[in-house]
Amino acid sequence: MSKVLLDIRNLKVSFFTPAGEVKAVNDVSFSINEGDVLGIVGESGSGKSVTAYSIMGLIPFPGKIVGGTIDFNGHRINDMTEKELRSMRGNEVSIIFQDPMTSLNPVYTIGNQIKEVILLHTNLNRKQANERAIELLKLVGINEPEKRMKQYPHELSGGMRQRVMIAIALACEPKLLIADEPTTALDVTIQAQIMELMTELKNKINMAIILITHDLGIVSRMCEKIIVMYGGKIMEQGTIDDIFYNPKHEYTKGLLRSIPKLTAKEHEKLIPIEGTPVDMLNPPAGCPFAPRCKKCMKICLKKMPEYTKISDTHYSACWLLQKEEYEKSTGVIKGE
Amino acid sequence: MGSYIIKRIAVGIVTIFLVATITFFLMYLVPGGPFLSEKSPSKQTIEALERKYGLDKPVYIQYLNYMKGLIKFDLGPSLKMRGREVVDIIKTRFPISAKLGGLAMLLAICIGIPMGIFSAINRGKWFDNIVMVICTFGIAVPGFVVATVLMYFFGVTLHILPTRGLDSPAHYILPVTALAFYPTAYISRLMRSSMLDVLGQDYMRTAKAKGLSQFKSLFKHALRNAVLPIITYLGPALAYILTGSLVVEKIFTIPGLGRQFVSSITDRDYPLIMGLTIFLAFLLITMNVIVDIVYKIIDPRIKLK
Ligand SMILES: Nc1ncnc2c1ncn2[C@@H]1O[C@H](COP(=O)(O)OP(=O)(O)O)[C@@H](O)[C@H]1O
Ligand code: SF4
Ligand SMILES: [Mg+2]
Repeated sequence: MSKVLLDIRNLKVSFFTPAGEVKAVNDVSFSINEGDVLGIVGESGSGKSVTAYSIMGLIPFPGKIVGGTIDFNGHRINDMTEKELRSMRGNEVSIIFQDPMTSLNPVYTIGNQIKEVILLHTNLNRKQANERAIELLKLVGINEPEKRMKQYPHELSGGMRQRVMIAIALACEPKLLIADEPTTALDVTIQAQIMELMTELKNKINMAIILITHDLGIVSRMCEKIIVMYGGKIMEQGTIDDIFYNPKHEYTKGLLRSIPKLTAKEHEKLIPIEGTPVDMLNPPAGCPFAPRCKKCMKICLKKMPEYTKISDTHYSACWLLQKEEYEKSTGVIKGE
Repeated sequence: MGSYIIKRIAVGIVTIFLVATITFFLMYLVPGGPFLSEKSPSKQTIEALERKYGLDKPVYIQYLNYMKGLIKFDLGPSLKMRGREVVDIIKTRFPISAKLGGLAMLLAICIGIPMGIFSAINRGKWFDNIVMVICTFGIAVPGFVVATVLMYFFGVTLHILPTRGLDSPAHYILPVTALAFYPTAYISRLMRSSMLDVLGQDYMRTAKAKGLSQFKSLFKHALRNAVLPIITYLGPALAYILTGSLVVEKIFTIPGLGRQFVSSITDRDYPLIMGLTIFLAFLLITMNVIVDIVYKIIDPRIKLK
């Protein structure tokens, strides 16, 4: 059994906006082992990015961690000074952002931006850093790396720029790579190439990956474990098999219905989940998914359900499961 | 780059000829004449003077004569300051205004840019609020009020700074401060808003995620992007400030080019008006070319065409 790399317990992150407190991440707990690939899925606004940013101490103003703990590689991130955080960022934990078109500084060359992170975290001199940068560009599949080093971001395509971002993220061989919707802004063929590259690199360098996406298809190809988030909370977590073949949460089931099946014919329509995503300023008191859930019960509106353990790897927070479990334990036959 | 500069020079020359032409005919349409305002000279005198300066000839001949001179950088004689060439007047007076204006702009840049940056990173805090109030004030208050208040306070009441002429370095303090007031406020505000914009960009988040310190990401990643609007502003602003300010030169009794602009117009000193207008156009065009080149150096995305 491999070592736990990241352990997040009861994480709460809020944004203190003029309109009120937005509980972007509300009581989230999960952990990743070294070398694991964890997928975080959920509609936009469900708190995926904020969860990831909090691992790196990157939560933007007016956001704040208001509760819980984050332990990375045996160190408590909550207690780290800014300086300690800095030496960790880009070094032990790296992140790739959603939009490669705007994530690189337009006024510096690719080489400059890759070397910067190498020079910051390693003892390599300029010449060695240069060689390392070229090596990284080769690693992420960029042709003519020497020439690319001298080019500016605007001279590269979106897919190329995302490869550069990956090169920057991998420069110091991090223990954890966070990929926040790394392919959302790219077109489909490029998406596939980038995902393939990530899988390949993952096998070369033994690093853990958190892959954030709203695309369950991508997750199914890359991840071992999946977290399904909604309204700042984890609705369900489990292995690929748990989530894809034995989904327990109504929201997960909805998400699964909304992705195209590999066997789907052109005309088979996707079934989007009805209703609008939760209003984070005024979230429901109970299950955040209640306003959109077809099976919503009275209690769902009042109280957040506890997690029900389905198996050692599989947990889900839904009153239906709690009810089932109660009925099982008390021997009450499920009445129709 | 080379072909771009050649192209810009060509366009610049054409522009200057257009400016000269338009100014020439506009002046011709405006009633009044250069010799009328003097203690009503006799008709004969006026005719003699007009003959001397070629003002009796048909307008198109006058125009052609002027343009012929312009090609040889000869802007003709001043009608009011007898015996002086327009080129001479510019040569003696421009350096005075340029020195004042240059110092003022330098001051404005040295104060405005740091102030704007500091305001942006302390957005909404007391420092930012104070700077914003000062900037609004600095932009709204007219130059003559600033100059008069400075002169009255430091020169007349406190008697610590000279207020007339430019005889010693101390003489520069008040006029330069007065001149720098508006651009300082403007640059601060521009820098602040541009910095705020840049700080919200994705590449700033990348810089932070790499583990860079706030200082490094600010000075390496933010500043170079944020300074671009300032460069754009500086081009024309420099052209105007270097050619002098009527108000400041009048209040502090400085023999600069700024006062000449206004007196040349009230005097109907046609060649001087022409000369100064063309000179300003020339400076503006030059500054814009310089701005384009500097912009290109700072931002590689810019293509010079
Ligand atoms: N800078 C911010 N200011 C205020 N609220 C924010 C900010 N960033 C995120 N949030 C809130 O946090 C919630 C979760 O955001 P995010 O983690 O970006 O969602 P996801 O990545 O799942 O799409 C959003 O619904 C939003 O209300
Ligand atoms: S707890 Fe209730 S509302 Fe929430 S998903 Fe389960 S059934 Fe639906
Ligand atoms: Mg996101």
